[in-house]
Amino acid sequence: MAEFAYEPGPEVQLAAGESAKEISGRSPWRIAGRRLVRNRLAMASLVLFVLVVAVSLLAPFYAHHLAHTDPFTSNLSGTTVVNGKRVDVIQQGGGLLGLGEVPIRPTWRSNYFMGADNQGRDVMARVLYGGRSSLQIGVASAVICCVLALALGLIAGFFGGWVDAGLSRLMDLVWAFPVYLLAISLATVLLTKPGGLKWGPVTVDPASLWVPTLIIAVIYIPYVYRPVRGQVLSVREKEYVEAAVSQGASNLRLMFSDILPNVISTAIVLLPLMIATTILTESALSFLGIGVQAPNASWGTVIGDGQALLYTRPLVAIAPGVMIVLTVLALNVLGDGVRDALDPRAKVRVRE
Amino acid sequence: MKRWFVGFSGVLLVVALVAVGCGSAKKSTPKGGGGAKGGTLTTVANAAPSGSPDPQVNYTLQEWQLLIFTHDGLVAFKRTGGKEGTKLVPDLAESIPKPTNGGKTWAFTLRKGIKFSNGQPLKGKDVKATFERLFKIGDSPNAGTWYNVIQGADACIKTPKTCDLSQGITVNGNIVTFKLTTADPEWLDKLAVPFAFILPASTPAKNVSIPPPGTGPYMWAQYAPNKQIKLVRNPDFKVWSADAQPAGNPDTIVQKFGLTVEAEVTQVENGQADWMFDQPPSDRLGEFSNKYASQVHVNPLTSTWYFAFNVNEKPFDNLKARQAVNYATDRAALVKIAGGPKLAVPTCQVLPPNFPGYVPYCPYTKNPSSGKWSAPDLVKAKALVAASGTKGASVKVNTDTTDTDKALGLYFVGLLNKLGYKASLQALSADIQYPYIQNSKNHVQFAFSDWFQDYPAASDFLNILLGCGSIHPNSNSSPNIAEFCDKGIQAQMDHAGQVGITDPTSANKVWAQIDHKVTDQAPWVAMYNPKYIDFLSKRVKGYLFSPQWYFLLDQASVK
Repeated sequence: MAEFAYEPGPEVQLAAGESAKEISGRSPWRIAGRRLVRNRLAMASLVLFVLVVAVSLLAPFYAHHLAHTDPFTSNLSGTTVVNGKRVDVIQQGGGLLGLGEVPIRPTWRSNYFMGADNQGRDVMARVLYGGRSSLQIGVASAVICCVLALALGLIAGFFGGWVDAGLSRLMDLVWAFPVYLLAISLATVLLTKPGGLKWGPVTVDPASLWVPTLIIAVIYIPYVYRPVRGQVLSVREKEYVEAAVSQGASNLRLMFSDILPNVISTAIVLLPLMIATTILTESALSFLGIGVQAPNASWGTVIGDGQALLYTRPLVAIAPGVMIVLTVLALNVLGDGVRDALDPRAKVRVRE
Repeated sequence: MKRWFVGFSGVLLVVALVAVGCGSAKKSTPKGGGGAKGGTLTTVANAAPSGSPDPQVNYTLQEWQLLIFTHDGLVAFKRTGGKEGTKLVPDLAESIPKPTNGGKTWAFTLRKGIKFSNGQPLKGKDVKATFERLFKIGDSPNAGTWYNVIQGADACIKTPKTCDLSQGITVNGNIVTFKLTTADPEWLDKLAVPFAFILPASTPAKNVSIPPPGTGPYMWAQYAPNKQIKLVRNPDFKVWSADAQPAGNPDTIVQKFGLTVEAEVTQVENGQADWMFDQPPSDRLGEFSNKYASQVHVNPLTSTWYFAFNVNEKPFDNLKARQAVNYATDRAALVKIAGGPKLAVPTCQVLPPNFPGYVPYCPYTKNPSSGKWSAPDLVKAKALVAASGTKGASVKVNTDTTDTDKALGLYFVGLLNKLGYKASLQALSADIQYPYIQNSKNHVQFAFSDWFQDYPAASDFLNILLGCGSIHPNSNSSPNIAEFCDKGIQAQMDHAGQVGITDPTSANKVWAQIDHKVTDQAPWVAMYNPKYIDFLSKRVKGYLFSPQWYFLLDQASVK
């Protein structure tokens, strides 16, 4: 499993090709925004990502107004019109024996544009709806993960002592588990709980998207916690923090006014990379049947559906696979751009 | 028994009474076998048989298909195809005795001159020791339910290690006499399956890592769960009954493990293997039809695939709600999931076609008079849902994650939503789904399952799956998943069992009535009866399909 290591550089550095004049008098955020906009590759990635999001958001429009289909209900005995002829969506196998049933191939028209899966459902609609789920889970879990890791890293790094030791060992414990083993164990326990998950008055349906979202968020917290904590330990020793301490600033003020603004960029730099990672994790878990629960779709579940059709209808698995590749690629390049913009001398490397 | 290929993990077996060739893509003639001897028959499977290799513990088709030609029981299912293959013939016993004492005493005379593959001669004490070992070993799955009728067996169940069946099995020279506590019309069937195959008395009373010596034409030379099983000829074997235990054709039979099912197909296509144990994936079926039709054999099975309602859980504690789902089910759509009409036949009832007690019956269809399903009746279904007052109830549809079973579950999620319920899918790993749905504390509402016959008797379906005695609360071994217990129907089942001791024909008429009454009570949505595909390499000759044991590997010829 890849893990991220982020090593922040000193504050306010000049980027390549940037003059002191260009950054003088500007806030660090404006400088970062300006650098990001000037990074063409990052901007192209952002456009690609926005495009994927936009296309996914159009899923209901495609399903209801173009394909006139329900992507969540079986249509095994259904028919559709192709070239003026009414044909079965699931067609009996041919040959001498007539064994097996095969879904309709891509029509490249508004109905069954990419063909059907083995439930007779429109693959295009499933891929688009799948994108909504995958992106929703990926973004939500990455944000939750980064926020929690930021909070825990702040507390651990600021207070130090037994608080730091306790939190760090807990994070080490989570880190020590192979990510997928931990996710699979959590998901299996949660999904088989009769009557859903109950925490006091709150009941969560095991089919809810919150289940994979929270599982994925929790398992990645240590990956963001560690660099944030390290950054807090460093910032805590800075002169301006000591000056604030000498002026009698409260712990809360020190944490939120003096330290947090100087470490938040670490989490922001990691956010796009975490989204890419959580999307991949969600897809893997859903492919294994323990992420998004059928009949809901995610890119992982659609690939899972396509696995049994690799020989006859490979597009069912290929289409969501391509969407994952494009999204993760865009997010990784964008993440590099954000890192360069926020902190040009920082190094983000991936450890295998 | 439960399906054998659930995640390649479990369960069982056996097969069809059916007329051979009925619906077959390629007619499998009962006259197979008899080919040239010699060579190695190479077979492939995804994994080794699930569980212990001990013949008194293992409960998988995969191992039973091999055990039948390495070991023998006192009686055997005739080793041939077609309906003949369900007939019982004497095997280690000279003849099938007539029971005395109201069906409670059975005296078998052992044949003389039979030896185990370790050279020891077969004796009466081996028979007694075999049945004692069945209990002593502790984890034989059916010891307590099938063989508990032997006098003294109750004590063996309580204290397995000190099991002594001297009271229930007496040995006098070559005569072995079983004394039962109650007459059991299926006693001979139970003696013909591998749990009751005779082992040497010296076999240790603990799980073995390779099946011990037997009396059949082959013996186990290697059992490496991560690599292969290898069977070679038993030098001490001589044919005593070609009906019960014919000589095999290949000199060696190998089963290799570790291939994906896709790779198994490819190996057979390329002639690297002669037969694949697992059923081929659906996306390769077209290839079979187009390129390899002459190497494919399709045979119907005595099996029923179904979804069980839990009649003690809302909303399906309501008969009208259960009947509504039955009326609404489009069984033709489900057959498509199973691979199409060439690979499955729709059904509404518990017993499969051509099975003892089977009389076609389907009330849950348009035009029900023919007894066969023709089309769903959604109007009637919706009216029943409205009348039941269960509309809007939440239903969790439980199934496992294998492609076909998950697809079946998804179909029902859509159907239940269409009927006005709030349905969601709960797809569990195939390894845990079956025990999970049996346990009443999991409150499963609607669950997928399937059943394959252990032996040809109606009670093997009706009493085991829907009898009051098959409900074991809070247990993972409670095969009556529906928790259906109708005292009137149970009394009729008990009566049919008693009638069967002396008059099987009349008993089967009673079982037919029971099957129809149970169907009316709708504890299940019975979906279809499947067919079985055997895919062979070009060089295999003499294909023979037994309705009890499927493809008889030892009767095939590779020379």
